[in-house]
Amino acid sequence: MPGKVIVITSGKGGVGKTTATANIGTALALLGHKVCLVDADIGLRNLDVVMGLENRIVYDLVEVIEGACKLRSALIKDKRTDNLYLLPAAQTREKDAISPEQMKALTQELVQEFEYVLMDSPAGIEHGFRNAIAGADEAIIVTTPEVSAVRDADRIIGLLEAYELYEPKLVINRIRPDMIKRGDMMNIQDVREILAIPLLGVIPDDQTIVVATNKGEPAIFNPKSKAGMAYKNIARRVKGEDVPFMALEQNGLVDKFKRMIPLPFSRRNSN
Amino acid sequence: MFDFLTRLFSKEESSRQRAKDRLRLVLVQDRAIISPNLMEQMRVELLDVVSKYMEIDERNLEFNLERDDEAIALVASIPIRRLKRPGPGSLQ
Ligand SMILES: Nc1ncnc2c1ncn2[C@@H]1O[C@H](COP(=O)(O)OP(=O)(O)O)[C@@H](O)[C@H]1O
Ligand SMILES: [Mg+2]
Repeated sequence: MPGKVIVITSGKGGVGKTTATANIGTALALLGHKVCLVDADIGLRNLDVVMGLENRIVYDLVEVIEGACKLRSALIKDKRTDNLYLLPAAQTREKDAISPEQMKALTQELVQEFEYVLMDSPAGIEHGFRNAIAGADEAIIVTTPEVSAVRDADRIIGLLEAYELYEPKLVINRIRPDMIKRGDMMNIQDVREILAIPLLGVIPDDQTIVVATNKGEPAIFNPKSKAGMAYKNIARRVKGEDVPFMALEQNGLVDKFKRMIPLPFSRRNSN
Repeated sequence: MFDFLTRLFSKEESSRQRAKDRLRLVLVQDRAIISPNLMEQMRVELLDVVSKYMEIDERNLEFNLERDDEAIALVASIPIRRLKRPGPGSLQ
C-alpha cells in the first residue's frame, strides 16, 4: 500500500511549520515508520538546519525534478533516526522553477517508498503553496493564538477546500498558559470555535524549541521539553491513535479538551 | 495578584475577548469577499434592469461593497438622467 502525503501549512510565516514538520516526522520515524521530510520552501531552505543536516546536502528537490540527479541520491539519511530521510529544498532557485504537476509526480514516487511523506510548506498562498499541496492527501494547519495567524489560517482552510483538500487538522502553537489564565491570550476553545476544524494538538510556547533549533536536534529528543512531548502525542494522533490532550491549560480547560479528541486521520484509500 | 484585582474591579475587557471579537468580524468580511468578476457581472445585470425604466448616467455610477464595524452592505448609487416616458404598459 502506498504511503500518505501530509502537507504542513499555515498562510502566515513564522508560526512553526518547519519546527512541526521536523518534530512530527522524527517522532513518526521513532515509532517505526518510514518517513520522508520534504522541504518545499524553495529559495528559503530551512528544514535541513532544524534537523541538523545542513552539511550533508548534495542535491536538492529542484535538481531531482529537473532530472539532474536520481531521487535516491538527493535523499539525506537522518543522522540519529533510522527510517528518516530529508529531501532538501533548492536554495538558489525561484519558487516557480517547478510546477504543481511535477510536485505531484514526485510525491507519487515518494509514497512507493515511504509510509509518511511530510511536506513543509512555504508561507503565503501563491505558487510555492500550490506546489506544496499539489500531491497532498491530507493537511495540517499550524497557527498561533493571534488574530493575524488565525485569520490567515481561515483563508488557507478555504483555499485547501478549493483544491479539494478537505478536513484539515489544526495545530495550535506557542500557547502560553499564564497569559490564557490572565485573559491575555485566546484559549484553545476560542481558536477552535473560530476555525471549526478538528484539533490535532496544542504546543506550548517553549524555550526548549529555541535550544533544539540552535543544536539542530528536534525537541522530541529532550525528555524535559513540554513542546517535544506535545509533538510526540501529535505523531501518535497522526497514526490514528487516541491520545488524550496534555494538561497545558489550567482553569478547568483540560476537561473540555478531552471531549475534543480529534478523529484519527483516515487511512489513505488505495486507489 | 494586584493585577488580578485591578482587572476584577475595572470594567476593562480582556485582550482575549478583544481578539475574539475582532477576529469574528474580520472573518465575516474575509469570507464575504466576492471576486471582481462576479461584482462586474452583477453590475452589468443590475444596470440592464434599471435601464429598462430609466436613463442612467453610467459614468457617475457607484457600485461597491461597503463595510462598517458591524456589517457589510452592497451600496449602489445610480444617477438618473431622465425617466423614460411611460409606455402603454405602464397605464394598466
Ligand atoms: N512552540 C514554540 N516555542 C517557542 N518558539 C517556537 C515554537 N515554535 C516555533 N518557534 C520558533 O519560531 C520561529 C519560527 O518557527 P518556524 O518553525 O521556522 O516557522 P515557519 O516554518 O512557520 O516559518 C523559530 O525561531 C522557532 O524556533
Ligand atoms: Mg518554515
